[in-house]
Amino acid sequence: MKKLMFLLRKEFRQIRRNTFLSRAIIAVPLLQMLLLVPAVTFEMKNIDLAVTDNDHSPASRELISRLSGSSFFRICATPQNYMQADALLLAGDADMVLIIPDDFSEGLAGATTPRLQVLADAVNATTAQLGWSYLVSVVRDYNRDVIISSGAAPSAIPGINVSPRFWYNPSLNYKYYMLPGILVILITAIGLMMCGLNLVREKETGTSEQMNVTPVKKWELIASKVIPFFIIGLFDLALGLTVGWIVFNIPFEGSLLLFFACAAIFLVAVLGLALFFSTMASTQQQFLFVAFFFVMIFVLMSGIFTPTESMPRWAQQFNLVNPVAYLMRINRMVMLKGSGFNDIARDMGALAILAVTFITFAIWAYRKRA
Amino acid sequence: MAFVKKEFLHIFRDYRTLIILFALPAAQILIFGYAVRTDLTNASLAVLDNAHDEVSNELILKLDASEFFDIRYHLTSYDEIDPAFKKGQIKAAIIFPEDFAGRLTREGNAAVSIIADGSEANNANLVTGYTTAILNDYSAGLTKQLTSAMPVIVPEVKMYFNPNLESHFMFVPGVITLILILISALMTSVTIVREKEFGSMEVLLVSPLKPWQIIVGKVAPYFFLSLVNVIVILLLAWFVFGLPVKGSIALLIAECMLYILLGLSIGILISASVQKTENAMFISFLGLMLPTLLLSGFIFPIENMPKAYDYVSLVLPPRWFVEIIRSIMIKGAGFSYIWKETLILVVMTLFFMFLSAKKFKVRLGEGGK
Repeated sequence: MKKLMFLLRKEFRQIRRNTFLSRAIIAVPLLQMLLLVPAVTFEMKNIDLAVTDNDHSPASRELISRLSGSSFFRICATPQNYMQADALLLAGDADMVLIIPDDFSEGLAGATTPRLQVLADAVNATTAQLGWSYLVSVVRDYNRDVIISSGAAPSAIPGINVSPRFWYNPSLNYKYYMLPGILVILITAIGLMMCGLNLVREKETGTSEQMNVTPVKKWELIASKVIPFFIIGLFDLALGLTVGWIVFNIPFEGSLLLFFACAAIFLVAVLGLALFFSTMASTQQQFLFVAFFFVMIFVLMSGIFTPTESMPRWAQQFNLVNPVAYLMRINRMVMLKGSGFNDIARDMGALAILAVTFITFAIWAYRKRA
Repeated sequence: MAFVKKEFLHIFRDYRTLIILFALPAAQILIFGYAVRTDLTNASLAVLDNAHDEVSNELILKLDASEFFDIRYHLTSYDEIDPAFKKGQIKAAIIFPEDFAGRLTREGNAAVSIIADGSEANNANLVTGYTTAILNDYSAGLTKQLTSAMPVIVPEVKMYFNPNLESHFMFVPGVITLILILISALMTSVTIVREKEFGSMEVLLVSPLKPWQIIVGKVAPYFFLSLVNVIVILLLAWFVFGLPVKGSIALLIAECMLYILLGLSIGILISASVQKTENAMFISFLGLMLPTLLLSGFIFPIENMPKAYDYVSLVLPPRWFVEIIRSIMIKGAGFSYIWKETLILVVMTLFFMFLSAKKFKVRLGEGGK
């Protein structure tokens, strides 16, 4: 135990002396919080809508002014014909084109079926779908008002009034949604990347072989390499959380203790991965690629910005061994919903099993190799 | 030439890195193509039906029948909603008030409330959007029955470039951009700095090779590797998703070459400016990978970000490159639509080449002392 304390002191001193590493420990959480959190958003702002009005009637003008009056659309151009509209979409200058045919107002008066033609740039499928549904809802409202004002319909047209409410995040602030997820990425980066690079560096420069011939035991050596990053990971989590709290005013509903306990379990799993990857790589470059490869897969599959329910079965099964997916869920539940221990016990238990498995396996692999 | 060959051998010997270099794009394409869906299916819902009349029953069946939702819980009181959210069992709860059908027919207006889990903002948006659409459809049907004589506007939509609304149309160009930066800038800078760190660069410098020959020898294999990778990604996208290159393939490859050159010159610049492998990696990661992931608009649309990000991304190469790739691959746009973006990339490439050439000379001068 005494030997371990000496080794730990040595490790910390080395980390402190390494100006780059010690700067990164402070800078990475700050950068991630301040740069990433405001950037990652699916919040839709204005859709650039181009309108070709072939009707030139009061009715078509009223519809256009309703569209531009809604908060979703910005009328960006008025192409004269189909060709011009096509070019606008191709150049990416408009997201959507609305073409009002020349018999629109006649149709509205009852002569024919009034039609509207919409061309949407669907390269981004989600934006296209949302934009289309906004447009339909504006048109429906307009239609309803036309029918009512014509007086031909019974005064009460049955309509269902849908009133959505959002609990735990009433204004649907995307920052609240992304911040817990970014915190997971933060500790993954610290635990996996920094710790692993540090381990491989020793191997590369040959100092780990020197350590192997000293009377220091294997487990002491491993512990001395891993524990500093465990502490740094928790420290950075606290730092990131503080920044999120001060800058973005993120609410914290649940128990801080539970939050850090889960993060600690997660860190053990991640450090196990770092240890394991370090046995596979002989240069820092190799390690970086291996680690990047897995982090990428873990994070993308974890549901950080997409619903995990829509994933196919195999992907959901993969998430059973994906520590990032567990912490992603736990963080959001604890931070935003104030879920207690009973609510997340299953996820926490599964994460703990993963952590124990990973670290045991990694230590076994490390002993065999080094 | 022998020197280039030696560098090739170096790379091929490191088979682990090589495997990753090809596995990474393949895995990404598969994940983005199959696993990461931005739409919502089978979302778990709870219903609190205080009405129990035929309209509310019909609506519940309609919701359950849609591919978006699975009604898993039938609640009996308002207080059950919060625990269900806290356990993460449901995405939203839908509440029908008492006497729902009566109000709908008598007063013509009945309210349904949706309570969505705002902690997952994205899902919350989709759930309320889909539910509203289904309920609106129902009431539009009622309207039509009552006012059959009245004109109902029929809007028709044509989804351009992506008629089936596939989400991987967004991702393939992004994956190409990411891989190109990874290989051309990150790998090059790390390899050169490594040589510097281990002192083998100095050995090369005293050899009869001219500095530019050394550089060309170092980067040529990566140029080649990047190009092969692009082709692999394109083939994968084509065979797995049936996503062919709509525009000219020659133009696409030419633009990729330009971008690889740009990446390589950035890589050389980084390697000339730092002394340690770690630093090169962190600079490449923070300065290249992160902006590529974030600010190229390949996952998160730039339009939605705060204005400042929009301006910052203007000076970043990936933004323009993703635009180019997307235009050629998906929209089938010709050169006349992307000359502006191409010109910007050319200027950036020249700028970085000039800068790295200058920087490298200085370094060599010091090394020669």
